[in-house]
Amino acid sequence: MAVKRPVDVNFMIGGEAGQGVQSVGVLLGKVFARGGFHVFADQDYESRIRGGHNFMRVRTSSRKTEAVSETVDMLLAINKETIDLHQPELASSGVIIYDGDTIKDVKSNGFLFSVPMARLAQEKTGDKLMSNTVALGAALRLVGYDMALMDGLLRDHFGGDVGEANVKAAHAGYDYAAQNFRTEFPHRLEPIGAARMFLTGNEAIALGAIAAGCKFIAAYPMTPATPILEYLATKAKDMDILVVQPEDEIAAINMALGASFAGLRAMTATSGSGFCLMVEGLGLAGVTETPCVIVNGQRPGPAVGLPTRTEQGDLAFVVHAACGDFPRAVLAPATIEDAFWVTVKAFNLAERYQVPVIILTDHYLAGSYATVDKFDMSRVTIDRGMVYAAAPGGDGYKRHKVTVNGISPRAFPGQKEVLVATDSDEHDEAGHLTESAEERRAQVQKRQRKAFELKHHGITPPELRGPKRADLTLIGWGSTYGAIKEAVELLLREGKSANWLHLNELWPFPAEPVADILCDAKESFVVESNASGQLAQIIRAETGKAVEGKILRYDGRPITPAYIVDHLRKESCCYGNVK
Amino acid sequence: MVTLNRVKTEEFVGLKPAWCPGCGNFGILNAVNRALVELELEPWQVLLVSGIGQAGKLPHYTRGNVFNSLHGRPIPVAVAAKMANPELTVIAVSGDGDAYGEGGNHFLHAMRRNHDITYLVHDNQVYALTKGQASPTSDPGFVTKTTPEGAVTPLNPIAVAIVAGATFVARSFAGDIDHLSSMIKAGISHKGFALIDVLQPCVTFNHQNTYKWYRERVYKLESGYDPADRNAACAKALEWGDRIPIGVIYRREGEPTFEDRLVALKKGPPVKQALDPRRAESLLAEFM
Ligand SMILES: Cc1ncc(C[n+]2csc(CCOP(=O)(O)OP(=O)(O)O)c2C)c(N)n1
Ligand SMILES: [Mg+2]
Repeated sequence: MAVKRPVDVNFMIGGEAGQGVQSVGVLLGKVFARGGFHVFADQDYESRIRGGHNFMRVRTSSRKTEAVSETVDMLLAINKETIDLHQPELASSGVIIYDGDTIKDVKSNGFLFSVPMARLAQEKTGDKLMSNTVALGAALRLVGYDMALMDGLLRDHFGGDVGEANVKAAHAGYDYAAQNFRTEFPHRLEPIGAARMFLTGNEAIALGAIAAGCKFIAAYPMTPATPILEYLATKAKDMDILVVQPEDEIAAINMALGASFAGLRAMTATSGSGFCLMVEGLGLAGVTETPCVIVNGQRPGPAVGLPTRTEQGDLAFVVHAACGDFPRAVLAPATIEDAFWVTVKAFNLAERYQVPVIILTDHYLAGSYATVDKFDMSRVTIDRGMVYAAAPGGDGYKRHKVTVNGISPRAFPGQKEVLVATDSDEHDEAGHLTESAEERRAQVQKRQRKAFELKHHGITPPELRGPKRADLTLIGWGSTYGAIKEAVELLLREGKSANWLHLNELWPFPAEPVADILCDAKESFVVESNASGQLAQIIRAETGKAVEGKILRYDGRPITPAYIVDHLRKESCCYGNVK
Repeated sequence: MVTLNRVKTEEFVGLKPAWCPGCGNFGILNAVNRALVELELEPWQVLLVSGIGQAGKLPHYTRGNVFNSLHGRPIPVAVAAKMANPELTVIAVSGDGDAYGEGGNHFLHAMRRNHDITYLVHDNQVYALTKGQASPTSDPGFVTKTTPEGAVTPLNPIAVAIVAGATFVARSFAGDIDHLSSMIKAGISHKGFALIDVLQPCVTFNHQNTYKWYRERVYKLESGYDPADRNAACAKALEWGDRIPIGVIYRREGEPTFEDRLVALKKGPPVKQALDPRRAESLLAEFM
């Protein structure tokens, strides 16, 4: 078989809120996913329902790609503003597809291709609303894609007559482009393999939760976490999940704890402000040793911040939030695929160590789409930790029994002859409130032993990627994975010596392996979407080592490979900068 | 009477209470125990969820499954446990500050949703555990260290409950254990959210609303009173002062509970369902 040249084509769809930007983007992503491509798509939108400017970038590649690219190869402009705003991002060989009947007086140094979308939609389907599908057909023609895949997708997606009408609209665009597009678009996309899944980080988390046997979610709507609640609500019936939208986030976390205490795997999901309200409940999970999974989809703060933008500004907060000392785990998925597996692990850690587990994502990861290989459910394990088996005749059960590793077998209420008691007050082994200094010490120490167990047996230590010794070491966490990976590849292609440490299991902090890696680093940079370098602060506190370089971004936009490399050009010794 | 029951009173002896001698909470504890015995509930079948305050300690002083939660938060814990295992008899226990102050939002919405739990509020019209500050139900003019000029307009929990959609709203008095235990039994037997606001003398921090003060004022609702009449109940709820009605002030039967509406509960208690990752397999096609 002939080796095909790698392809990497970046589409952008732009328009007002309400004009269908996301639906076009998702269909485009899905059709390429069905052809075996790797697709990564991010969304940029404002906190409004109509108007404003929205866009989605759909990067389609023959190689695994997990970051956005700033250079646009094909721009599908639903309104004029899209053309005006995104001109500068267009590649020299880029094409703009727009409807010249409705968008007038367009100026561009790129190649303009007008498709009479509204007119064709009206003629072929009797419905002007299908003009976006006409545009999709034209776009697919330019890259020479297989229309049979599009037909199948439209039929699956819309169904019935609406599906057929969309097929007609897509073909109208395709045929129009075949006859009227006179130049050669430089990129060809021909299907390369078996279909992949195409989904968002939020959807990956929700699927991970269902696979892991989560039976309870209580969550209060807040961008970007809302889709988790919405998805689980649509599956409540088929998957037997209790789904509650309570009065506030305080209720949400306390409900999750009530359900968990009664015996279910339970979760909640929110963003930073909602997490702020949950903090006392987090402590309650800690002291009552009630397992619970909490998703914090970060957005720029403080307070309301930028509701529809991204940031990694809650790391320092979530690792320390709530009064007193108690163990917790903080996991930050690196990719959309990782989000599924991290969620499965979160439920297992929560029950094995009887602790709250925080899944830290952000708007970028939560709302972006990526292709993944179909999740293999046979690889999902459910570990409910130590469950108490009632000894005949006795109700000697002690919920908070002091044990060597700090973990006390769990029993659930409603078991004959077994009474389960717990308390947010400091309690004795049986779960009843106490003020005894001795019992206090025993319970604090038992919880501290769980922290130790969690750190050494629960958290997977991070690995250094690339050569052990390099001139430059980049350090990132969570959703910046794809951007850093690509930046490192760019550096290596330029002949630089670089390696990279990425953390997706952040707390308890894997201090020893990180310290070892940093001992070998010459020049190091953290790459973080926040204003103060929160990971660098934690590294300093936990290892005593200072990471001097910081590539930070806090304007609410995602970190991209180009953003990282631009900073290194100005700041890194690798590029001859002197410090 | 009690000895005829299968379940014995002795089964409900818990830790030694740390309440002040003469506290109204003792009457409430006795009434709870008597109600559980008479309903033939065994301790393991009952889940008591409390908040923080002197009232919140009650679960430790009887016997049952216990979740002593945060100040103001017993309701969310209790209702979720009930959803997870509807076979449990779930009783939430609060003080007036816990229920109507810190937990006010949960109180409002739990009634509207009609969760099938019983909510026992020890209403001593004061914050006792924190040593005597005004509460949301303190009488107007009630002087405390934090309200030297006297407390302002109180919240009327009975009226709020009726308007918020509660399906069982009762008031009782800690000094009348017969009445109180019959209210608790009725509340537990009621299908849906049952509020029982208990007038509870606080012998240490409330020298205004004393046993004597309550005794002079409380009267049992007359036999002709119809708790199904919502308008009449609203009028009754506003009665406070020289005469204070006790009894079931409002009751609506046959209303679906929150649990009745949950599709996930149609197949029985979720806590009894097996977990199987392969069930999620069928969801993947949607993403292709
Ligand atoms: C978040 C929080 N705020 C304040 C407190 C302090 N606190 C404990 S109990 C209480 C009020 C107690 O009054 P009430 O609920 O009426 O119970 P009582 O002691 O009168 O039975 C307060 C303010 C707390 N424990 N937690
Ligand atoms: Mg009180």
